[in-house]
Amino acid sequence: MARVVVDVMPKPEILDPQGQAVANALPRLGFEGIASVRQGKHFELEVDDSVDDATLAKIAETFLANPVIEDWVIRRVEP
Amino acid sequence: MTARIGVITFPGTLDDVDAARAVRRADAEAVPLWHGDADLRGVDAVVVPGGFSYGDYLRAGAIARFAPVMGLVIEAAGKGMPVLGICNGFQILCEAGLLPGALVRNSGLHFVCRDQWLRVENTSSAWTTRYEPGAEILVPLKSGEGGYMADRSTLAELEGEGRVVMRYVGGNPNGSLNDIAGVTDARGRVVGLMPHPEHAIDGLTGPTDDGLGMFLSVLDTILGAAPGTGATATEVPA
Repeated sequence: MARVVVDVMPKPEILDPQGQAVANALPRLGFEGIASVRQGKHFELEVDDSVDDATLAKIAETFLANPVIEDWVIRRVEP
Repeated sequence: MTARIGVITFPGTLDDVDAARAVRRADAEAVPLWHGDADLRGVDAVVVPGGFSYGDYLRAGAIARFAPVMGLVIEAAGKGMPVLGICNGFQILCEAGLLPGALVRNSGLHFVCRDQWLRVENTSSAWTTRYEPGAEILVPLKSGEGGYMADRSTLAELEGEGRVVMRYVGGNPNGSLNDIAGVTDARGRVVGLMPHPEHAIDGLTGPTDDGLGMFLSVLDTILGAAPGTGATATEVPA
């Protein structure tokens, strides 16, 4: 078994109102110096060793992310 | 001949009852379809209603798009069957690839629930022939992820081919690009709309009866179709 991490982020050109709301809240909470925030999703998958990279890419592209509005990155993480 | 119009219910669908009522009000037969169905029961068209299918988990519409019944809808739409996706149904049709683009969180972050004016921009789709070009209609809008997004080339294609079916007027409620409230596919058979025509079919229960025209339109489309060809007088060439 291996741990695979898939990070899904809104594309840079897509407005991210949730990230903006977080960014706007930070100065109100007394945290200065944060120029911007983008909010995405982080998936952790426990996968069998037989699952290859192409399959993982298909899972990310067809299901975990919507490629119209989101980019995704897959990482295999050492156990 | 009575047209049979299917109304899909997923776990978490809310507006199937009103959609079926709108179908009946247009003098068609409403055929309930379940998300796990392996057969479309001979329907002539399908409404994918609003709600929160599968709790909007992952993304709105992302899981519903893989429901067994959706495989059949995608196949039938490919053969020209009219399909209308309302609100969550619009999100599902985008996720399924039947319509271009995607719906994202409202730019103002708040869930918007109000009666909304729309301008009908395309009166040749299977669902909009009963409207006058440029007609303004008032129907409820109730969504948290209603912002229509598409890349620049897709947007140019939609605008260039007249595939923006309806546009918000009197203020953009959710940050949709080009004030887009609804779009259609290249053949004008599949329509997705964020506001709710099925909630505006009589003055007693809705702000107007402006939404009924969509259901009457598809009835014209179905009943006007030449037998066996699937072609109609109102069809937009691909």
